[in-house]
Amino acid sequence: MDTAADKQEREDALGGVGCSRKRKEDARFIQGKGNYTDDIKLPGMLFADMVRSPYAHARIKSINKEKALALPGVHAVITAEDLKPLNLHWMPTLAGDVQAVLADEKVHFQYQEVALVVADDRYIAADAIELVEVEYEELPVLVDPHKAMLDDAPILREDLVGKMQGTHSTRVHDNHIFNWQAGEKEATDRVFDSADVTVSQDMLYHRVHPCPLETCGCVASMDKINGKLTVYLTSQAPHVVRTVVSMLSGLPESSVRVVSPDIGGGFGNKVGIYPGYVASIVASIVLGVPVKWVEDRMENLSSTAFARDYHMRGELAADSNGIIKGLRVNVLADHGAFDACADPSKFPAGFMHICTGSYDIPVAHLNVDGVYTNKAPGGVSYRCSFRVTEAVYVIERTMDVLAQKLGIDKAEIRRRNFVKKEQFPYKTCLGFELDSGDYHTGLEKVLDAVDYPALRKEQEEKRAKGELMGIGLVTFTEVVGAGPSKSCDILGVGMFDSAEIRIHPTGSAIARMGTITQGQGHQTTYAQIIATELGLSSEEISIEEGDTDTAPYGLGTYGSRSTPVGGAATAVAARKIKAKAKKIAAHLLEVSEDDLEWEVDRFKVKGVPGQEKTMKDIAWAAYNNVPEGMEPGLEAVDYYDPPNFTFPFGIYLCVVDIDKDTGVTDIRRFYALDDCGTRINPMIIDGQIHGGLTEGYAVAMGQELPYDEQGNLSGNTLMDYFLPTFVETPKWETDYTVTPSPHHPIGAKGVAESPHVGSIPTFTSAIVDAFAHLDVTHMDMPHNAFRVWKKVKSLGLLDN
Amino acid sequence: MAKQAVSFNLNGKAVDVLVEPRELLIHTLRENLNLTGAHIGCESSHCGACTVDIDGESVKSCTLLTVQAAGSEVKSVEGLTNADGLHVVQQAFKDEHGLQCGFCTPGMLMRTYRFLQENPNPSDEEIRWGMSGNLCRCTGYQNIIEAVKTAAKNLQQA
Repeated sequence: MDTAADKQEREDALGGVGCSRKRKEDARFIQGKGNYTDDIKLPGMLFADMVRSPYAHARIKSINKEKALALPGVHAVITAEDLKPLNLHWMPTLAGDVQAVLADEKVHFQYQEVALVVADDRYIAADAIELVEVEYEELPVLVDPHKAMLDDAPILREDLVGKMQGTHSTRVHDNHIFNWQAGEKEATDRVFDSADVTVSQDMLYHRVHPCPLETCGCVASMDKINGKLTVYLTSQAPHVVRTVVSMLSGLPESSVRVVSPDIGGGFGNKVGIYPGYVASIVASIVLGVPVKWVEDRMENLSSTAFARDYHMRGELAADSNGIIKGLRVNVLADHGAFDACADPSKFPAGFMHICTGSYDIPVAHLNVDGVYTNKAPGGVSYRCSFRVTEAVYVIERTMDVLAQKLGIDKAEIRRRNFVKKEQFPYKTCLGFELDSGDYHTGLEKVLDAVDYPALRKEQEEKRAKGELMGIGLVTFTEVVGAGPSKSCDILGVGMFDSAEIRIHPTGSAIARMGTITQGQGHQTTYAQIIATELGLSSEEISIEEGDTDTAPYGLGTYGSRSTPVGGAATAVAARKIKAKAKKIAAHLLEVSEDDLEWEVDRFKVKGVPGQEKTMKDIAWAAYNNVPEGMEPGLEAVDYYDPPNFTFPFGIYLCVVDIDKDTGVTDIRRFYALDDCGTRINPMIIDGQIHGGLTEGYAVAMGQELPYDEQGNLSGNTLMDYFLPTFVETPKWETDYTVTPSPHHPIGAKGVAESPHVGSIPTFTSAIVDAFAHLDVTHMDMPHNAFRVWKKVKSLGLLDN
Repeated sequence: MAKQAVSFNLNGKAVDVLVEPRELLIHTLRENLNLTGAHIGCESSHCGACTVDIDGESVKSCTLLTVQAAGSEVKSVEGLTNADGLHVVQQAFKDEHGLQCGFCTPGMLMRTYRFLQENPNPSDEEIRWGMSGNLCRCTGYQNIIEAVKTAAKNLQQA
């Protein structure tokens, strides 16, 4: 029995770390038994709908509710005037600003929330919002962030006039939100002044929206008998929502229960706390019945959580061999009407200072100014860690520009500047400590896989024939797993995360987590970690998340933090259990703990075959035969405060062919090599990468939220807003290397956002590369056919 | 608004509902009949999360009035599973990791169910076009294509 084969068989039976275990959550989804927020139906439940502003900037002269209230089936029309006595007409944002719950005297963006109507059903509510009469007086509109701080710019936030000390810095204009800098300005300037070569590139990371297939919504239910408020909502951070709701409502946190049920995709859209949630909660408290509010698609795209809108300039100084001497990045950040970014409190520009990328850069300076405009609030991390997509975009684009200027191949210039394997842990000049990496190995693997020299040769031949073929290359490093609580908090709560594991007498288990899955497969993968740590079958480990009454406090799932933080908590909690199990095993086997060794699923007495206790034996004993003085039971909780972030990286290469006559770009090939450290479930990793690449493709090639000069949003349905279908979506090729994180208990780094972060600049790199022989250094996204065709035309490349 | 009685066959059983003439089928299914498998993603026929099968065609139930379904045979994801267990299409989605958040999945399954009757042995290209009315934000479609191929193979062997 005690053979290597037996050991392997037992290990395989666990379904632990490293296997492509099929997903536990699928059974309910494939049978239509998911339980999403809009599926929840409570007795007596009413429906809410929102009256929204048609103007981007206007004073509200009057609101007349009478006709709406007269409609049979309408129960309430709530406006800012109704919220004022409760002091709920404004709410704090996660970024240290305030946001109007319902417009207070003035609207600041088109589709802003003005009044909440509550009715018997959604049809009556929709009728009633048409009957609410709002009289507006239009005000001058500010759309262009570059004009926000001009002397004659319209002032948006009257509540902040004269308050020149902002949350993050001094404000230099009433439309200024913050200035944030990292690095050494003077030292960097000196390097630029004396460098052999410098390049500078302006670029716009345009405004987009995460657009999960399920919109945001909630069901608020105030139980007046028991004084308990239960809120079901689409939240990526239910515990934080509970804390905020308690603070806003004055209800003790123990009387607030927030439940995130199944979530139909988040991608950052569901991190924030939205006016619709707060207004619905108030409605439920006032009316004493459950109230459901669910956005429609236009509301989702228009009012909740845009992403990006960073107007950036990247500059590199280098010697004539392309060795980088310094980096300068300047950003103008359009935050819309309220600063409602979801970033750790101390980082108003998120982790933009990861903009040194994968490169050994001696000195750098980053300057970010945030400004208000008459657009929807947000600035969330759309499938990325805080502003990491923007950071990766600016460094990768600027690297290409430098390569082009020096006539050095874009792969070669990266090879020359990479942080070398032996330099890890590597402290960047902007303050991160990159935990581990091996960029050179990854790069060579990708170049070999695609036969890069052959591609370059083919490109040369095509160029000679007047055809447009481009090769994009990006070698990115992300920072995820926020984060160490010494630097990372949200509203003062440290960004730890948690796991509580309980082993039942018969050796099955339940684990409850502070994170919340939205498709990442937590029910599957956390169980794999526990299975490997404790030698119990993952099939008998159930995972629960999202109910704040039962789950331990955690900061939630976004910024690829579940595996780096929640996964670490899981492993550490399991190890606490294992330590107790070892004591029980020693007691049962009547030996000292030192005499025991662990093998797959059991403790064995060293050198005495057959003397062993499986974890299942130990679980049973934990409830009836523990050493004297030990508490019965077998469970543990861990609140894991990570010592550092994790730094996944990737090498992405894309080949495109552009049709000159139509501007249509064919993605001929996309090769993505990711290194996320230890791989928990390769099937799920591949799935996450396919999804992230597709979202990256969407952002690069078509998505945008366009505003006209009056602040009208002209692309807020799925007719206009680009979600790739089966037809456009390229076929993805994936590959990997494994460089474990040295500080993570199981070496895992997080993966789901890398493909989004890394692919977007890869597409731009490829498309620009198709025109690089014509001295084109950059083209702004989205690279839709019309915009690409205009570039073709402007270069005089059309045949007729 | 005066309500109208509408009768149709849903997953093999006769149902009678009383609805306003303007009520959409998706709301009747989800709120009146408590079948919440089909979802609402866009209200404009773009995403396909609400896809059900009506009289042998894939239909987006968010843009169909319930009264239009009178007398029809309607099949929703809840009707895929039978006494033998999961439908081949359901099993294939699980086996090929053809879903993540699960929100588009009921619509995807119902489209696959119909598509493979329209084209029992499709190429990758035919799958991409045949399924293009259903959007997914999570999977990048690649594993769904694998799932459709697996389902096609298994249906032919069945």
